[in-house]
Amino acid sequence: MAIEVRIPTILRSYTGGAKSVEGSGDTLASLIADLEERYGGLQERLVDDSGSTAGLRRFVNVYLNDEDVRFLGGLDAPLKDGDTVTVLPAVAGGAR
Amino acid sequence: MLTLPGALRAAIIAHARADHPDEACGVIAGPAGSDRPERFIPMTNAERSPTFYRFDSLEQLRVWREMDDRDEEPVVIYHSHTATEAYPSRTDISYASEPGAHYVLVSTRDPDEAEFRSFRIVDGVVTEEEVRAPDDEPAGAAPE
Repeated sequence: MAIEVRIPTILRSYTGGAKSVEGSGDTLASLIADLEERYGGLQERLVDDSGSTAGLRRFVNVYLNDEDVRFLGGLDAPLKDGDTVTVLPAVAGGAR
Repeated sequence: MLTLPGALRAAIIAHARADHPDEACGVIAGPAGSDRPERFIPMTNAERSPTFYRFDSLEQLRVWREMDDRDEEPVVIYHSHTATEAYPSRTDISYASEPGAHYVLVSTRDPDEAEFRSFRIVDGVVTEEEVRAPDDEPAGAAPE
């Protein structure tokens, strides 16, 4: 099972500079755990596991093919062979 | 230093004025590695707030994919402050996630004169930089 994962510039230090890596997993959570084995430190940038429930970090956008995974179950989003997962840090800010 | 054609500077200011009192935001794309801002891409502020901005997530995906297809990168990421100075706030700094971009801030707090400044934000460190028109542009060419 092969899932292409597109890595944003700011996280490429974890993947040795690679903008695209391959992973596997039935859900987004297991894909991230799989990536963490080869690219240590990546999981912490994507998942916030403080507090009672772990979830995707608020200002990181993760997409499954053309959709935002927030609408597909977040970390529980089911994945299949050939899917593409894209990570983009949110572009945000404010007056304070 | 940010080299920015006058017409693009004017476009950023016009967008900020149009969205005031909400914060305006957007990108200027340019050829990867060139540091030349060329293609103006105003973005929707999904927060629609006078004190916060966030790119709509699906719009961001579309724009980032398009830049990738065109071998471009975000050279300028701009947004406006509507009641405070044109300087990166604590949240601006903590969410700055494109280390190669010039972060342009516009303040529309004064109805007559927009403040326009540019910064690098890398690893939480803010460095202000000069903004200049390209050498081949006559002085005073761009409207404000």
